[in-house]
Amino acid sequence: MAEALMKGKKGLVFGVGNKHSIAYGIAKELHDHGAELAFTYAGPVMEKRVRPVAESFNASFLMECDVASDAAIDAVFSAYESQIGQLDFIVHSVAYAQAEDLANDFSATSRDGWKLALDISAYSLLPMARWAKKLMPNGGSILSLTFIGGEKSVPYYNVMGVAKAALESSVRYLAAELGPQQIRVNSLSAGPIKTLAGKGIKGFDLLLKINELRSPMRRNITLEEVGKSGLYLVSNLSTAVNGENLHVDGGIHSIAACEADKELANL
Amino acid sequence: MASKEEIFEKVQGIVATELEVDKEQIVMGARYIEDLGADSLDTVELVMALEDEFGTSIPDDEAEKLTSIESTVNYIFENK
Repeated sequence: MAEALMKGKKGLVFGVGNKHSIAYGIAKELHDHGAELAFTYAGPVMEKRVRPVAESFNASFLMECDVASDAAIDAVFSAYESQIGQLDFIVHSVAYAQAEDLANDFSATSRDGWKLALDISAYSLLPMARWAKKLMPNGGSILSLTFIGGEKSVPYYNVMGVAKAALESSVRYLAAELGPQQIRVNSLSAGPIKTLAGKGIKGFDLLLKINELRSPMRRNITLEEVGKSGLYLVSNLSTAVNGENLHVDGGIHSIAACEADKELANL
Repeated sequence: MASKEEIFEKVQGIVATELEVDKEQIVMGARYIEDLGADSLDTVELVMALEDEFGTSIPDDEAEKLTSIESTVNYIFENK
């Protein structure tokens, strides 16, 4: 029965790094519920990590994709169109910022660092949406991954927060544009979770610890929980959910202060 | 309290899996990047695997210093 939810559905997943990746957690749920998956990787360094993941999910399509290049994105979707054809969903879980821009003062962000972060982390969703319009004649679902740092300031998240704000806004504009074609565009804002990307953020371990104390649920979230909520947004369980930013964070986005702050004040 | 020898054996197993290298190469003096062919992402993945195995959190500034099997075993021995 579990398989039926995504049976016959096919889609592309951008942004798996390894088994800790949020995109992996979502791909796993999609696969377990019967979806046929295709993957891309960012370059040779990532290929050796993504290939075994793609194989474990019996993916029939795996291709390199530099999401900073429209030509590379076009090449992936062209190849997907000729090899697979049917496209029901896209998972966009890619983001990048220069290490120094995640460690220095926010105002020190360079123009190049700003452009790079917004280009890879936000703009890349647009060419994918253009292809979705072409390859999803019967509707579909586009899901992008974001973080609370796009709505509120988070220490050291810096230009990535600005990029996530641009991404979340892009999701709303794309939801309006693609809605008539029954293509839904949503974002999922996951609480902090230990991933390769998260490890690149200064003070991330402390962020995890503080989040655990301050979260209304008094714990951090799991990859499986993000995966299940991702499955909901990609699947037909959410056919009227569009332009939404779903927080999968134990509720911490909804609080301004909490009991645990008393303890933290003594830290 | 695990002995250094026990910690070494666990670290050896994790490194063999993460870096896909033979256990014979994973000696106390081996350095991840220079001797075992790790790239920068491998070293991050290694730290994540060590944290999972030993149920501990390794702060960024400490993780940066774990460049060899020896420094890793010593860190876990002293902090576990």
